[in-house]
Formats: sequence, structure tokens, C-alpha cells
Amino acid sequence: METSRRHFLKIAGISTLGIGAKPVLDVFASGGGEGHGDAAPVRIDKGADAMTAKHWGMVIDTRKFESAEDLEPIVEACDKVHNIPKLENKNHEIKWIWEEEYKHAFPGKGHKFVDERIEHLPFLVLCNHCENPPCVRACPTKATFKREDGIVLMDFHRCIGCRFCMAACPYGSRSFNFRDPRPFISEEDHNKKFPTRMKGVVEKCNFCAERLAVGKMPACVEASNGAIAFGDLYDPESEVRELLKSNYAIQRKQGLGTDPAVYYIV
Amino acid sequence: MKMSNKIQTGDRKVIIIGLAIFMAIATFPFWYNHGKAAPKPEPQYTEKAKAAKTCVRDKEYMKAEHMQLLDVWRDTVVRDASRKYTNSSGAEFDMSLSNTCLDCHSNKAEFCDKCHNYASVNPYCWDCHIDNPKEKK
Repeated sequence: METSRRHFLKIAGISTLGIGAKPVLDVFASGGGEGHGDAAPVRIDKGADAMTAKHWGMVIDTRKFESAEDLEPIVEACDKVHNIPKLENKNHEIKWIWEEEYKHAFPGKGHKFVDERIEHLPFLVLCNHCENPPCVRACPTKATFKREDGIVLMDFHRCIGCRFCMAACPYGSRSFNFRDPRPFISEEDHNKKFPTRMKGVVEKCNFCAERLAVGKMPACVEASNGAIAFGDLYDPESEVRELLKSNYAIQRKQGLGTDPAVYYIV
Repeated sequence: MKMSNKIQTGDRKVIIIGLAIFMAIATFPFWYNHGKAAPKPEPQYTEKAKAAKTCVRDKEYMKAEHMQLLDVWRDTVVRDASRKYTNSSGAEFDMSLSNTCLDCHSNKAEFCDKCHNYASVNPYCWDCHIDNPKEKK
């Protein structure tokens, strides 16, 4: 019997399907890759020392600062703990906490006869960890997000470097790594316990989330000799609330509705 | 006239030679590399890792699933702020690549790279998480 082309192709097609189906079925049969080693239950939870809050907040008492020298050790402490590179080029600069003049930190709040102390006083500015953070809404990959305790965090693993968040942030709190930061971190300043960042991601203050997790106060708070208070904004007994109760405090660009969690006593 | 499926005798030779050449070229990588398989990678342990004896999970699990484990660690630490990992034998670990994993396995070149190079995968963990300065490329 002479095999027709049609018949031959039918047989060939069915055989191919059969051969191809076997490995696929094998994978399904093995149950999706599980079954390596122990399947024993594990537990993941917060450490015993971890501090929690409904919304972390900060109160900076600017009356306790007189000049830029007072702020230096605070900025230094943060830079050291978080491996922030020292870049000469201002366009490449990475800033988590830094100094700003009153008229730039609080545009619209100053007037031409503003008192002398305020006019020349350097203000500490950092990410405000807004209660309504515009950067989180702008991020297309959910790399930046608001944690349950109110901290606006970066997941550097997910950041694609689009910088929408930088455009969205009204406080300029975010910096982009235009260069690989590692060569700009000196060996003695390198904190091996904290990761560095890589070229192409955006970074900012994280309210020392890694320190709160082990029961420590943020580095800037520790270095401030009591000028910066840190605590839960929604706990009426907390230190920050006590300060806000008895002192007049301002937020940066309050009119924008982002509701910053960093307050300044002036 | 009926069109025959039979191949004309003159073409048969050409087709067979052509097929032979095709098969030779198609199978070239197989016989060229035959018997030259790269040796199975043997990751080295540091003294600290040897002293600890066991990892976070058992060896087979770590070998096959450490990437899934790290993925879970990363998400829970960054997003849920949960950093404590308790394994089935009750041992507790700080869920940190920099401070737990790479503390024991501080020999990237002899440990991590061994298998990663063999499997031709290029994870970028060390771009941010400590790599031993001695091993800087």
C-alpha cells in the first residue's frame, strides 16, 4: 500500500504531540517543583524588639539649633548608617537628610520681614513620610509603598529608575543614583550591615526602618541630643504628641494635602 | 498521467549526501563536546559555615530552593517588616542576606559563584549586598 502524504503527516503530527506531552505531564505530576528536602513548617514574624506604631512621625525642635554645625553630626550619622555616597557633582548628589534655608523649606510661609533667627537658621529636611504620599501613587511598579506603620519605603529590587516619584514628590526628598555609589563610599564609612544601592535606582530616607525593627530609634534622633523627637502620631501619650500639644508646629507645604509626618517647632 | 511520489533515482544521491551533511552540522555540538562535560561544581564552605553544620533549612532544600527562600525573605522584610525566621527545629534567624546568609557564606567566589557560573545564571545580589572587598572584580 502506498502511503499518501496526507496519511504520513497525520501520523507524524500525532507522534510529535505524544513525545511533547510526556515531559509536560511529568512536570505536572511532580507537583510544581515542591518536594525538595524538608517541607516542615516555618514561622515568620516580627522580632521581639521590633517597635510598632500606627503612623510614625517626627518633631524637629528648631529652637535647639543655632547654626549649621549643630546639624552636621546628625546628617553625618545618617550618611554613615545608610552608606550614602559623597558625590562631588551636585547633580549626582544623594540626600536622605540635609540642610535647607527657611524660604526654600517653607515656601510661602516666609515674608519680607521674617525674623532674623529664622531667616538664617538652617533647617533639617528629609522625607516627610506623608500620610497621603504622592510618590506612591506615581510609582508604576509599586517599588515605593506606604507600610502599615506609615513609613513610605523603597523596595530597591523593584525600582526601575523611571523617576516618576521624584517628579511627584513636592519636597525633593528623593535622589537618583546616576552613578554606581560604591566607589564613593569610603572604606571606613562603609556600614557592612546595611546594603548599598546600585546605579539606576531612586533612594530616600527610610525613617530607619531597619533600626526600628530591632528596637532602636532612628540614627538622626539619636544624634540630635533631644532636638528631634520620634514616635507614634496616633498615640496621644507619645512624645511627639506631647510636644505638638504644647508647642506651635508647622509642616512643609501643608496646602498640598500630602499631610507630612515631620513637624517643625519654630 | 499520474504524478508519482517516487523520488527520481538521480536525485536520491544528492538528497542523502545533503541529509548526511545536515545531520553532521546539527549534531556537531553534541559530539564535539562529548566527554568534556564541565565538572560538577563543588562549593567550598567557610570555617564559620562548617562550624554551624546546618543552614537555615536542610541542605537539599537550600540547594534547590534558596532563591525562592530569599524571594520570600525580601518581600516579608521590606514590605511586612517581619524579620524573624523560625525553622522547623525552632532555630531563629534574622532574615537578612547581608547579615545572615553572607555572614557565614562570605566566600562568594568559592561558594556562590561556583554553582551560578556552572548554571550560567547572573544574580545581581552583590551589587548592593556586601561582597567581600577582597573579591572585587
